[in-house]
Amino acid sequence: MSKRSIVPFGPQHPVLPEPIHLDLALEDEKVVEAIPSIGFVHRGLEKLVEKKDFNEYVYVAERICGICSFMHGMGYCESVENIMEVEIPPRAKYLRTIWCEMSRIHSHLLWLGLLADAFGFESLFMETWRMREKVLDMFEYSTGGRVIFSVNKIGGQRKDMDNDMIREFLSVFADMERDLKELVKTFLNNSAVNSRLRDVGFLTKQQAFDLGAVGPFMRSSGISRDTRKLGYAAYPFLDFEPITSDVGDCYARTDVRIREIFQSIDLIRQAAAKIPNGEVSVPVKGFPQGEYFMRVEQPRGEAIYYVKANGTKFLDRVRVRTPTFANLPGMLETMKGCQLADVPILILTIDPCISCTER
Amino acid sequence: MPENIIIPISSEVLLEEVLKMKGGGCRLVQICATRIPDGYELSYSFGKDFDLYTLRFNIGEEVEIPSISGIYPASFLYENEIHDLFGVPIKMISLDYKGGLYRTEKKTPFK
Repeated sequence: MSKRSIVPFGPQHPVLPEPIHLDLALEDEKVVEAIPSIGFVHRGLEKLVEKKDFNEYVYVAERICGICSFMHGMGYCESVENIMEVEIPPRAKYLRTIWCEMSRIHSHLLWLGLLADAFGFESLFMETWRMREKVLDMFEYSTGGRVIFSVNKIGGQRKDMDNDMIREFLSVFADMERDLKELVKTFLNNSAVNSRLRDVGFLTKQQAFDLGAVGPFMRSSGISRDTRKLGYAAYPFLDFEPITSDVGDCYARTDVRIREIFQSIDLIRQAAAKIPNGEVSVPVKGFPQGEYFMRVEQPRGEAIYYVKANGTKFLDRVRVRTPTFANLPGMLETMKGCQLADVPILILTIDPCISCTER
Repeated sequence: MPENIIIPISSEVLLEEVLKMKGGGCRLVQICATRIPDGYELSYSFGKDFDLYTLRFNIGEEVEIPSISGIYPASFLYENEIHDLFGVPIKMISLDYKGGLYRTEKKTPFK
């Protein structure tokens, strides 16, 4: 009979940019169970709603995470706008969509770089992040920030993009698309990369459903659900379908995210072609009263923003259910029966954002 | 337009209602607690396609509720979270951290 041992993994580990700890129960080199621990850097941002009024809280929401800061701010704003029945101008909807998709591209490129770094492919890591840098430059050009943009407000956007800027961005994305097609050949075809990703960490469609998985992690297991189809921002006016794979292994998760980058570039093109002229915000008067569950498709999957308001400037409750939080049970399932050496890759392929989880 | 419905229930029928959700093919979306003057307001959200159904009930301080982790295994993280951060007592969680999920410097639950 194999000897069972417990190996602590994290919270500090070369492949983990943020802290999560796992107790891995092993039989020889095989993982039979994994028990997670989070909460190393919990910041109590939901609790902060008691001290910041509902307009100021936009800035707090943006600081939940540096990668999806735009979407956190937007998700919070949309939930308050739904409570207050505020209709933002059409141009603001398109701007939100463009910045959302730019966030998705930058997040997926960041993840691809981290993945390359995890299996020791340094040049691939650098090439991927070099490409990501262009997206950050576009963020800086259009918003003034590379991490926190502060362009969302309740009632619309604080900043606009002029048509020259949008044309310039489209040209950058055209170059990026061409370069990316070359780059992803390595991720998808290189034998060394494939040996680390293929047939590793399976999650079946049923398991993904039962364990409440979301985002590319879920879509890689064959579930065709994308929260953008709910119809927030300008997504109802754009043509796209959720990208899926039926395989459910680490390779499928990589493949789905890569295809989502190309899809995001296409969505930006569609939005740029349709963006109307006009105002980017409307004045909002009064205080919110009521509650709303807003769902947004972040790069890592569906995020939930629950806002409960009492008619004063301070809200009763803001709750953010982040995609990584929802994907942790699925991640634990993929580890059952895997080899210890595969654990870092398995953790990475859910694209964990502990910063979001530790809101 | 997808539905976004809040369904008021009593805490006594929680497991029964959750079983109905499971039987209806819903996935668990989230669980959250909100402080109210005499206790907590609990929201269990379930999704089917793009519809969202939230079971809602109030409980008093120190009132223990059953875990739904036997029905939805992924609920253990949400249940540990509302136990740790809000102090809601929950019995029979499949993986019970007994207050150790969040390692905050400030003492939890936050009051």
